[in-house]
Amino acid sequence: MNLVFDIFTICAVSAGAFFFLAGTVGLLRFPDPLTRLHALTKVDNLGLGLVVLGLLPQADGSFSALKLVSIWLLVQLSGAIVTQLIAGAVRQRGPRG
Amino acid sequence: MTILSVFDIGLVVLILGIGASTIAVREAFAAVIAFVVYGLLLSIAWVRLSAVDVALTEAAIGGGMTGMLMLGAVARLRLAKGNDARVSLPTRLSVGVLCALIAAGLATAILVPPEVIPTLAPAVMENLAQSGLGNPVAGVLFVYRALDTLLEKVVLILALLGVWSLAPDSVWGGIPGLRVYARPDSTLTFLAQLLPPLGIVVAIYMCWVGAKEPGGAFQGGTVLAAMWLLVMIAGLENVPSISQRWLRLLLVVGPVIFLAIGLAGMVLANAFLAYPPGYAKPLIVAVEIALTLSIGVALGLLAAGPPERVQQQ
Repeated sequence: MNLVFDIFTICAVSAGAFFFLAGTVGLLRFPDPLTRLHALTKVDNLGLGLVVLGLLPQADGSFSALKLVSIWLLVQLSGAIVTQLIAGAVRQRGPRG
Repeated sequence: MTILSVFDIGLVVLILGIGASTIAVREAFAAVIAFVVYGLLLSIAWVRLSAVDVALTEAAIGGGMTGMLMLGAVARLRLAKGNDARVSLPTRLSVGVLCALIAAGLATAILVPPEVIPTLAPAVMENLAQSGLGNPVAGVLFVYRALDTLLEKVVLILALLGVWSLAPDSVWGGIPGLRVYARPDSTLTFLAQLLPPLGIVVAIYMCWVGAKEPGGAFQGGTVLAAMWLLVMIAGLENVPSISQRWLRLLLVVGPVIFLAIGLAGMVLANAFLAYPPGYAKPLIVAVEIALTLSIGVALGLLAAGPPERVQQQ
């Protein structure tokens, strides 16, 4: 059973790392602020989400698991709102603002 | 070579790279962002060294709070454009020489360590149980080096007085010039309504758990300060003027309770800042709670800056 959990962890965390990589490449390569923000949201939501999902079987006890999930939710919340604020500033003052 | 040592080497290379770019980058704003990233990476390094208390403090103070203070400084420099005279060459040279001396001193301390590294850690671990605390860091901070901890908090208030004293006489006792982005229907308002209840619970948890596990007054206080600043920046609460009595009471309540318990120790336990046997843990937790409040208010006011106006707008 442990082996199954370990394989699940490795798969999910690797998939999460892939999204981190993809998001970072997007951040570096995309042409303007709005598309770069779009690339970043993949890192917050899917990347971190998959890493947390993969770490859940390794957490000791349900309290630690709850902490992991709440970290993901908080990052989602702050990520979404900061993205909105930056996008709003870009729209108001232009990309060089 | 294990995966962990590869990770460590990568981390060190990143820290050095970000540290170098903090100095090399020409624009102040970019330098501050690099410094915040540097603080976060450094806190990962502390976790790898199993110093979770230091990691939490570094992330909260080194990355978050100092970053915010410096962003405020950058904004002020932008406003004060025009008189940004370049620092003269002798000054820059002497700063460089002093930095090099400090770096050389640190390098000798690390590269040529003494034969037997002096440590009191085993003695701390042996006697920790007497205090009733589970976290050795809290034990050192509040039992063995309580005087240092007390003075550290007093220094925080002195720093705040330093910031306040930048205010011109006409607005002394007025309202700090925190930049407020009050737009009633913005997403920032939403965040400022949603996050503080969570943040306050996290701050209480960090303060409470500090006696047993990594955490404590400084970390909890920083989270409180962040929540307060968020609410003020979103315009949901007014920035209070610094002459408010409740504000000043909250500022000093931590150090005053700490000092009072320390003085009571002279009578009850025969030494300044000693705790009567059996009462160490409750007293320390009481001090930590009061300190968390004081640190939160002090850090929030430090970030809010010196008073700039007298009347509420």
